[in-house]
Amino acid sequence: MNQPEQKKYLFDNPRNVSLAVRGLYLVCIVLILLDFIVHRHITVEWESFPGFYALFGFLAYVTIVLTSYLLRKILQRREDYYDVDE
Amino acid sequence: MWMNNLPPFAPFFIAALLVLITRGQLRNLIVLATPVLGGLHLWLDVSPGIISAVSIMQYELVLMRTDQLSLVFGYIFHIAAFIAALFALHVRDTTQTVSSLLYAGSAMGAVFAGDLITLFIFWELLAISSVPLVWARRTERAIRSGMRYLIIQVSSGMLLLAGALVHYYQTGSLAFDFIGLEGPGGWLILLAFGIKCAFPLLHTWLIDAYPEATATGTVFLSVFTTKVAVYALARGFPGTELLIYIGVVMTCFPIFYAVLENDLRRVLAYSLINQLGFMVCGIGIGTALALNGTVAHAFSHILYKALLFMSMGAVLHRAGTIKCSDLGGLYKSMPKTTVLCIIGALSISAFPLFSGFVSKSLILAAMIQEGHEYLWLALLFASAGVLHHAGIKVPFYAFFADDSGIRTREAPGNMLIAMGIAAVLCILIGSQPQLLYAILPWPVEYWPYTTTHVLSQLQLLLFAALAFVWMTKQGIHPEEVPSVYIDADWVYRKFMPGIVHTAYYSSCGVCKTVAGTFHRTLNNTINTILNSRLVRFNLAANWPTGSMVFWIAIILGFFLLADAFH
Repeated sequence: MNQPEQKKYLFDNPRNVSLAVRGLYLVCIVLILLDFIVHRHITVEWESFPGFYALFGFLAYVTIVLTSYLLRKILQRREDYYDVDE
Repeated sequence: MWMNNLPPFAPFFIAALLVLITRGQLRNLIVLATPVLGGLHLWLDVSPGIISAVSIMQYELVLMRTDQLSLVFGYIFHIAAFIAALFALHVRDTTQTVSSLLYAGSAMGAVFAGDLITLFIFWELLAISSVPLVWARRTERAIRSGMRYLIIQVSSGMLLLAGALVHYYQTGSLAFDFIGLEGPGGWLILLAFGIKCAFPLLHTWLIDAYPEATATGTVFLSVFTTKVAVYALARGFPGTELLIYIGVVMTCFPIFYAVLENDLRRVLAYSLINQLGFMVCGIGIGTALALNGTVAHAFSHILYKALLFMSMGAVLHRAGTIKCSDLGGLYKSMPKTTVLCIIGALSISAFPLFSGFVSKSLILAAMIQEGHEYLWLALLFASAGVLHHAGIKVPFYAFFADDSGIRTREAPGNMLIAMGIAAVLCILIGSQPQLLYAILPWPVEYWPYTTTHVLSQLQLLLFAALAFVWMTKQGIHPEEVPSVYIDADWVYRKFMPGIVHTAYYSSCGVCKTVAGTFHRTLNNTINTILNSRLVRFNLAANWPTGSMVFWIAIILGFFLLADAFH
């Protein structure tokens, strides 16, 4: 296991990683542009705001991660917390 | 093929007996053939409207009652039982093989039960037959965790029995149909269902025990117990508004834990509660669209959640660990498992063309239709959370992330085939939803593939993924570190034992006496039970404690019933 890697795998090459990331950027841009082209059938008022789902998805994700980060300060214990003194 | 009134649990119980006396290829054949033949029997021979009962002590146990609701659950349970059995085919452990067959059979028994006493019997059998799958890990942690699991599960059965009897006194009927919250019986039964369905604060057994079970056992566990509870709620409490709010809480609170948790199977256990939340919401709304959504979501959820638990089981089997902090870069050694796991991740995240998309959207559409716009927003928030923990975290930390240096082999063939079947079904349901919609209990007028819906879903998910990329690049995405995160079980695992402990060793005389009395009473009770005639009758000596509790419950139940019918 400690011998030097013989084989180069897909994501060992940083170029492939950045290619994948750029692919995601491109798709996201296209999805936002489509919002202005496609006629959307609105059921909830909020949906009429262009890019509502994109913004909501992004903000929800950031909120979830940052809130968890705060919760960690309260909830985190050592790995053997329940194993001792039981 | 067989008589159409053969209860679907029967083949599984017979197979469990046959497994005891067979070995090798013959045993494998029995294990695999049982769900296939049972499933074909259900599909070909059994139609809605069949009722079959047996009489015991003048009481009619309705062992089989079929309608479209119970049949759909029956189908998916057979499919899942086959996949999970195939996944576990390499395991040479009679305890696990027997208990998984009994467990699957008990789930069939509960789903086709026509009265509350039959339901209670299979409800308790579900608990007792599944706990060996936790204990079979044979670690100190697993044994303790399994014990807590058993106590909570058996208590759920006690509540169900108590509720059923109160319900009987109120209504004069023990039929398992709509129950509602009219009287205390209904509330007791809801509480019993709520424990098995992992309602908030009653959910601790699930995140405690499922990650401690064996690599293959967790796959079985993830399928049956909670979905039997969803079925029971859908039958007993459709349209109960309280369930909408409970469901929304269930979708939201686990996502924060799932972000933090280091054990990937525990992440999936929290994710399981989140998915159950969507189903409970559907039951609470109670319209045909919503209930169809619940059933459809249970159907597709069983497949992708089993697929995810299988992929993590394969990782545990090969790499020997399932902790984020130890894993990474496994796509190099296990490329096939990686692809299959990603299919499960795409399905649970509800990407178009994958199964979650076509089932979850029924529930979200029903939410809007009934005018719950803010709750709908909460479900949308929870959907972004699903993408985080199940869509990105599970595949990313196991197979990509920073290379951990672990080099192992691809998962065994039987595991790959089992995961492959689940993956194919996820894509089939996702791309051909009419196949699933056709077997739902009510006619479906909904079609998920509209331009608006596909576009909005892709925006939601891909921009959430963008947030992941952005936060990781900025270095504000928290690292996974080895630790535990306290949940509601802290109350009975740390707080209450702590109080007794502190009181006992304190200098306050009164505290010492109270704690001492408590301790003595507990010991005396245990000793009384151990010395009782029932134990000397040798039920408890060779069987888990749960079976003793179970038989007491059965005997009590029948005495009460005999009294009621007197």
